[in-house]
Amino acid sequence: MKHLLATDGLDPDLATAVLDTAEGLKKTLLGREVRKLPTLRGRTVITLFYENSTRTRVSFEIAGKWMSADVVNVSSGGSSVGKGESLRDTALTLAAAGADCVIIRHPASGAAHRLAGWLAGTGTSVVNAGDGTHEHPTQALLDAATLRERLGTLKDRRVAIVGDVLHSRVARSNIHLLAALGAEVVLVAPPTLLPTGVKTLPVTVSHELDAELPAVDAVMMLRVQAERITGPAGPGGSHGGFFPSAREYSITYGLNEKRLRLLPEHAVVLHPGPMLRGMEIASVVADAPASAITEQVRNGVHVRMAVLYHLLAGEEEK
Amino acid sequence: MASRSRGAAEPGGERELLSAGDVARTIARMAHQVIEKTALGADVDDPPVLLGIPTRGTSLATRLTERITEFSGVKPPTGALDITLYRDDLRRKPTRPLASTRLPDAGIDDRVVILVDDVLFSGRTVRAALDALRDHGRPRAVQLAVLVDRGHREFPIRADYVGKNVPTSRSEEVHVLLSEVDGRDAVVLRDKGVEE
Repeated sequence: MKHLLATDGLDPDLATAVLDTAEGLKKTLLGREVRKLPTLRGRTVITLFYENSTRTRVSFEIAGKWMSADVVNVSSGGSSVGKGESLRDTALTLAAAGADCVIIRHPASGAAHRLAGWLAGTGTSVVNAGDGTHEHPTQALLDAATLRERLGTLKDRRVAIVGDVLHSRVARSNIHLLAALGAEVVLVAPPTLLPTGVKTLPVTVSHELDAELPAVDAVMMLRVQAERITGPAGPGGSHGGFFPSAREYSITYGLNEKRLRLLPEHAVVLHPGPMLRGMEIASVVADAPASAITEQVRNGVHVRMAVLYHLLAGEEEK
Repeated sequence: MASRSRGAAEPGGERELLSAGDVARTIARMAHQVIEKTALGADVDDPPVLLGIPTRGTSLATRLTERITEFSGVKPPTGALDITLYRDDLRRKPTRPLASTRLPDAGIDDRVVILVDDVLFSGRTVRAALDALRDHGRPRAVQLAVLVDRGHREFPIRADYVGKNVPTSRSEEVHVLLSEVDGRDAVVLRDKGVEE
């Protein structure tokens, strides 16, 4: 693997190999006093974040450090980006400074692809850590790792993705990866929060959460992305006309305690975080045994270690 | 091919070094050597820990443990030690999948650990195993058991228990076949032909 830019078009065998590696790394590190492997000694990994993030940046940093890579963090605030440097020049600077891998988060969809194009001749790998409303492939991989752990397999398992699908790169990455791994995906959202072209995606669509819950093996709750919602304020606040009010959204599409009881016994509740307790997910649901939300974060480190291993440990791909 | 009992394998050909019966006898002899060298008996309360290096080393460690248990009445703890993440040649090969590591619950601190592998060649695998071991604990001593020692060491490493010493040339490959992995037991020498 040279870059990881999207799950759309990702070879299912490669995705499975990454998940297997993540599982192996988790087992290897379990209960160990020294959580440090020498595998990526001498490799340099740079995280380049143009958007706020806690878990993604931290887990990439921990992943790199546990494998002995040198990790350098660059954020748009404290760098020359603030002086007006273009993304292309910043990328070429990082590559020239010796980055073996650049992990980028950017508000513009397609930014990671552009970066990979600019760095084509340099041998530097690019990982997309979230680009606009396009993709967030490592999040989908860690979700798949968590579901595989809880459900045994993803083949023929039914997963509901609920909420703001329109603005969600997590949903887009999950749709492609889950479909590639043989799962069935149903999107549950108000019509206003579904992307155009949803018919071309390998999914079914529903607007009735209560009707879907009894038949799913997992439910993935999405945050309403207020920072991407722009438009005229509705009567209940600034929701850009996508839904009438936060309260109504929560009643119609939030996962509360009553809805939790509609789920089958074995079903898993996921949330990519950060979550808004009381909005898309009730606090008791987030902390219930069915919730795998903290496991998702833990698996995030192992999955990102696996991604770095597949990008940087093998012989260089052209 | 059976008539060629000595000498190199023909170019592109293969020669059997050990038959299934030879493999079983060799493992039995190695088990006796382990018992003798580690003074294993009923009064020993900390028998050595056998750690196989995947894939075939793990199977060999299991078989060696069975024989040791049979001959001494003491069952040494057995496990597996994957060394993939410690290899020094990762960047020379396509990405390798990981194998599993299983250590005895009691750990390896202050125990004698015997690493078990199928073939000892350059010594790089053993060097990686020693590095991996260091991250799991501090054994009292580390020993090495191999079914075949084919020479061409690139590190100052030697085995404590050797099933068979086989002089080879670098153009040859030694393959240990075990029924758990390969469907039959044998050790064969193959000529890679006009490579390198």
